[in-house]
Amino acid sequence: MTSSETLTLNLLLLALGGFGVGAAGAVLAACRPGVSRWAGHVGALVGAMAAFALGVAGLAGGTLDVAIPALLPVGGFSLGMDRLSAFFVLVIATAAIPSAIYAIAYTRAYEGRSSLAGMGLGFNAFLAGMVLVALARNVLTFLVMWEAMSLASYFLVMTEAEHRETQYAGWLYLVTTHAGFACLLIGFLLMAQGTGTMNLGEWRAASAALSDPVRHAVFVLLALGFGAKAGVVPLHIWLPKAHPAAPSHVSALMSGVMIKLGVYGLIRIGFDWLGVGVSWWGGAVLVVAAVSAVLGVLYALVEQDLKCLLAYSSVENIGIILLGVGAGMLFQSYHLDALASLALVASLYHTLNHAVFKPLLFMGAGAVVHATGTRNMEEMGGLIKRMPQTAACFLVGSVAIAALPPFNGFISEWLMFQSLLLSFQISATGINLLFALSIAALALTSGLAAACFVKAFGITFLALPRSEQAERAHEAPWAMRGTMAMSAVACLALGMAPVGLLRLLTVTAADLTGTDADVRFNWNGIVANDAFAVVSPLWIAVALVSLLALVPIVLRIIGANGGRRAYETWGCGRALQTARFEYTGTAFANPFKRVFGLLYRPVKELDIQFHPESRLFVETIAYRNETRSIFEEVLYGPISRLVQRGAQRARIVQSGSVHLYLLYIFVALVVLLALAG
Amino acid sequence: MITKIAIETIQLLIVGLGAPLLVGLVRRVKARLQGRRGAGVLQPYADLRKLLAKEAVVSETTSWIFRFTPYLLVATMLLSALLVPLLTTRTPLGFLGNIIVLMYLFLLGTFFLALAGLDAGSAFGGMGSSREMAVAALAEPTVMIAIFAMALRVGNTELDEIVRRGATDSLLLLTPGHLLAFLAFFIVALAETGRLPVDNPATHLELTMIHEAMVLEYSGRYLMLIEWAAGMKLLIFLALLSNLFFPWGVALTVTPAAVAVACVALVLKVGALAVGIAMLETAVAKLRLFRLPALLSGSFALALLAVVSFLFVK
Repeated sequence: MTSSETLTLNLLLLALGGFGVGAAGAVLAACRPGVSRWAGHVGALVGAMAAFALGVAGLAGGTLDVAIPALLPVGGFSLGMDRLSAFFVLVIATAAIPSAIYAIAYTRAYEGRSSLAGMGLGFNAFLAGMVLVALARNVLTFLVMWEAMSLASYFLVMTEAEHRETQYAGWLYLVTTHAGFACLLIGFLLMAQGTGTMNLGEWRAASAALSDPVRHAVFVLLALGFGAKAGVVPLHIWLPKAHPAAPSHVSALMSGVMIKLGVYGLIRIGFDWLGVGVSWWGGAVLVVAAVSAVLGVLYALVEQDLKCLLAYSSVENIGIILLGVGAGMLFQSYHLDALASLALVASLYHTLNHAVFKPLLFMGAGAVVHATGTRNMEEMGGLIKRMPQTAACFLVGSVAIAALPPFNGFISEWLMFQSLLLSFQISATGINLLFALSIAALALTSGLAAACFVKAFGITFLALPRSEQAERAHEAPWAMRGTMAMSAVACLALGMAPVGLLRLLTVTAADLTGTDADVRFNWNGIVANDAFAVVSPLWIAVALVSLLALVPIVLRIIGANGGRRAYETWGCGRALQTARFEYTGTAFANPFKRVFGLLYRPVKELDIQFHPESRLFVETIAYRNETRSIFEEVLYGPISRLVQRGAQRARIVQSGSVHLYLLYIFVALVVLLALAG
Repeated sequence: MITKIAIETIQLLIVGLGAPLLVGLVRRVKARLQGRRGAGVLQPYADLRKLLAKEAVVSETTSWIFRFTPYLLVATMLLSALLVPLLTTRTPLGFLGNIIVLMYLFLLGTFFLALAGLDAGSAFGGMGSSREMAVAALAEPTVMIAIFAMALRVGNTELDEIVRRGATDSLLLLTPGHLLAFLAFFIVALAETGRLPVDNPATHLELTMIHEAMVLEYSGRYLMLIEWAAGMKLLIFLALLSNLFFPWGVALTVTPAAVAVACVALVLKVGALAVGIAMLETAVAKLRLFRLPALLSGSFALALLAVVSFLFVK
């Protein structure tokens, strides 16, 4: 064992030890909620920090080889690490560190309401499961850890199980995640049978032996399974329900990293396990990605529940990430490996970015929910005066997720645009048009995302408070503000100084495609495809800040009137301004609702109750303007009715008698033995 | 080094000082076309100076975002002025970013302006913000597809390089895709700078307004900065249109004579486009808000056709 392997092994043990001690501590101190809260999350923090170091070591070239054959049947428990695994471990840790610190303060509100021991146990198991999924090297290890991750997150979603909507969200999550799991299981077994090995590391070399129908079947099954976890449209319906139902630090992890493991799987099948794919695979991923990006942000835009809005925006961001994956697959099938690497770099960059700003936004939303007791944006407003630091951090997250310079989202979206624009090097008109449409989709997404986060920030934090709770809101505890500030600084750093990360990502992408990405970079800027496009994030930021400083100075020199008088908002002469005059979130989204009405199919109801004496006096006005989910009605409605009808039929065999069940087991055993013999 | 600084200074001066003149020119020509005498072309300078001398009245409801936005808006416009190839194809700060960076700088300004519109808590501001973001979002795909068409045409997304290829290879300018891309980009420019038929820059207090509704709460030096930035945005868009699609006169080498010629050429081209806009604004009426998607998807179709035509020519 080399010294670098000793290092990575020790880091892995430290990470798992941290999660283990955290889980055990949380459970053992169950009767003292305060201690349980600290023990569980400090353990998770230590584990996450070790995982961060492990990821960095792996990206720097460190390897890992752990095999415990006795622990699991068929191939044993086996872990390994290449750069892609290391990168995803790094992504998990990047989101887990702030979430764990945040959780120490945030879970205080759950004392006496929910089991903190359960939360601590679930949180640590969730993190350990995710890290081990990224490191798994054989089929059974992967599937067991995948299931552990899904179940742990299910229990975390059910933290507030007393609410009916949480129960529904948890149920929906459980069903979709297991439908996805079934696809994965069949896909993996087909693959293992075709290649003759359960070792994931050997699949790439062995995949050449697969027959074409099996290859396509494996691709479709695994893509469905991973796509369901990633939350791509139309497999996304669980995501906007389950993510908001969980406590905010868990939502941050589910949206920030768990869905990324779906991306991890898709990158594995697109670039590693199945070798170089056929072009329709990449095309299919590209189309699904474009649809997910546009629909995700359109649904986010009309959402009034702040956490739901963020969850839908995760669907959008997964779409953006997968645009790069699909484009890379297409480039690879047309033998443009340098461009495939560039597209992958853009994808991976956005993956990490989203793991920074989405937890930041969820933590901000958590602080707001904590302060106002509601998730409904229509009852917020004016919080920038009451929670100035939370507001500043949320603003940074909003600007970053809207992909505006000089923050990190801008760099990854810029790289994504370049890799899509360079698709003109493919000489197939149909593919060129497909790329043109995905460029349009990405552009529309970025414009709509800007609108969406103007709404999210503006309606939540600006103008006057729309409810009494918002009026009495208070700033979040220092631990919560501190972690948000940390994430906000990371957004700026990754946006201004992308060099270090790009160096790691180009090597990671080159490992997968075999060719260096078509991009050069140094502190002065990034150059894609030999001067096809340049950007200089650092100098843009410097220039923007200096101009910002310069303008007021020049104004003073030329003798501008610096006076300022505070007065009430102008209101056409009406006397008093109240929050009733403000624009609401519903009103803000209305133009979009009308333009994309075909998709939202809004239901409008206006109910006016007049005074019984005279119709000139209105007693109450009730106005509802809701959107309907096309997917739930058209796609899942019939499926769920079909399943229910099938279940009704299947009830015949469920008599409730133990004797009958014993008979079933006996018959099944005999049949299996006969088949095996 | 000195020539580089000189060129960037000239660009800043052209955009910063030329913007009010451009606004004045459009207003003047429009007035004449409508049979009015109109104010002199220098009137906007006087307006800006007047605003600068006035005390700013700021709503109590607002936060720092409201006061910060005008400065950010001006800073993004000045930064854009530094990286756009106004005079030469060797813009010293061209390395800061390509055309996509430019579009995102504009979007950054729009983002904060929309937040500022919501900040005062008046219904007008919110209405303006919501509509402005809708127009900006719907215009975005056209911009990017027009950029894709240009990338197909010259194999580059660098502003300098696009202009240089156009200036050296005049046959490129005669392709049908070029004209289609120009039309698409022109419609987007109208939408982005709030001109008719998308938005009417001459109205206050109409329920149809977009940009003016958003900035209704501003006064004093803040309003001056906002109006100045709006003028600069118009100038940068017109300069982009003229240099990307009609790169006549742009200096390929940096000599004083060439730069002087480029200055004159720029003034003439932008002036011609300004007269064009004034004529257009006289001839068409403002579209209803919910007819705008039709206009913008029309421009999207034009851009896509440009892409298709280049694909087949290739």
